[in-house]
Amino acid sequence: MRDVYIVGIDMLKFGRFQGATPGELGAQAALLAMDEAGVTIHDIQALYSGNQFDVVGMVAQDIQKQIGQTGIPAANVKNACATGATAFREAMYLIKAGAAEVTLAVGAEVMPRGLLGGGETAGLNPEGILGSASMPAVFAEAGQAYAHEHGATFEQFAKVSVKNHHHSTLNPKAMYQKETPLEEVMGAEMIAYPNTKLMCSVNVDGAAAAVLMSGDEVRRRGLMDQAVKIRASALASDPYTPRNLAMWDINAATRLAAEAAYEQAGVGPDEVDLVELHDCFATAELLHYENLKLCGVGEAGRMIDTGETALGGRVPVNVSGGLLSKGHPIAATGIANLYEISTHLRGKADRRQVEGARLGLAHVVGLGTVAAVHILEKAN
Amino acid sequence: MVEYRGVAPWVVIEDEGAHVQARRCSRCEAMLTRPSLACPSCGAREGLAPVRVADRGVLHSYSIVHRSFPGVTTPFISAVVDMEDGTVLKGNLRGVAFDPEAIRFGMPVRLVFDEAGVDAKGDRYLSYFFEAA
Repeated sequence: MRDVYIVGIDMLKFGRFQGATPGELGAQAALLAMDEAGVTIHDIQALYSGNQFDVVGMVAQDIQKQIGQTGIPAANVKNACATGATAFREAMYLIKAGAAEVTLAVGAEVMPRGLLGGGETAGLNPEGILGSASMPAVFAEAGQAYAHEHGATFEQFAKVSVKNHHHSTLNPKAMYQKETPLEEVMGAEMIAYPNTKLMCSVNVDGAAAAVLMSGDEVRRRGLMDQAVKIRASALASDPYTPRNLAMWDINAATRLAAEAAYEQAGVGPDEVDLVELHDCFATAELLHYENLKLCGVGEAGRMIDTGETALGGRVPVNVSGGLLSKGHPIAATGIANLYEISTHLRGKADRRQVEGARLGLAHVVGLGTVAAVHILEKAN
Repeated sequence: MVEYRGVAPWVVIEDEGAHVQARRCSRCEAMLTRPSLACPSCGAREGLAPVRVADRGVLHSYSIVHRSFPGVTTPFISAVVDMEDGTVLKGNLRGVAFDPEAIRFGMPVRLVFDEAGVDAKGDRYLSYFFEAA
């Protein structure tokens, strides 16, 4: 199948947009991406819009009502924390299949407040009886299973948060730009051991969007200088494992998607220059070092200790600040991390630039479970 | 006599007492707690026989939950336990201090059954809990 390129991609600075609708936020991000690509709504041949929490859920059409109703195919995607990545992937495959030359992918979210997880149940709510279904606890348990097997410590998990908050001080589009020393992270309110409040992703609203084009269209428009090539796009669900009836498995789906993505791209993990991975909680990041094969079995704790994943290290991870500090508006996240990778590949990441970046990997994982991995490459 | 409901479909209450019930897949040996049309491990539609789950296991993972949803009493220990027969259960670990120093991965635990609460309609529920064995 033919190659597909990102030609315009952008995100709103994540924050709290009281009273806004996802359609309004998505439309703002779409216009930014379209302006960068030099296209108008009349060039867009299909729209895939991701959103998780809107009650009606016809956000693609809400976006069209904001920026132009041209009658193109438009579809709405909901896939937990992989929602944006899934919308992007659909927009890519339409071009790969030869059914379009220019498509638009958007992820937009206005978040419910408070802890995520749980939900309505008939009968007695089992929260606090059959353990906890809150996201901080679920991801704490995933991290503690790794600690059980490989000895990762509370302090090592906390160091993830120190690193990502530090990175976000260099990213003007992050929700927070504030250093959080180790003592502050470890001493913050304990939500679900070992995740303190500063080890939980930030609940914010936001949107991100990308304009995709076929190689022919990029060349016809003379846009290859700003184009980013999609080298791999992999989506996986969780295969059965004996424990996943009792605890959501964030590892198996991530590993499947990562393996498929490396194979598609024909590259190995050691060729990747930077990674944006799904640090919804500090405990999760260490697991994904291993799931994405950035390190060997049991080496994630060492990686955070030695600074290999900090800006300037061997393979910088979450230089955007990650979900922990940039923020995590569910459906926007999967496109926002592609924006971050693209920005580095274009050499436009300013003070947080990963020097000489040519290949970058973006990963998301949503509970249920779904994982997506994309590998991007500088086109020129 | 008080009538109880099980807090989850795999909590079975009989006159002689309560136990956890799973289905064992006769093709792939998976131990399944949640209801399903076929075995999620191998796809078999037949040979899913109900079995009584072992009452002992070892702690695989946990979190000490200090903040939960409104109305839920904290702290509590949310635990994932590998039962002796291969079933994996999630539930509260009780009788242990809310302190990581007091909790050991791999520690043996046993199932105990106890009142779990009352729902909005006034129905009373029974659940299993883990205690150090």
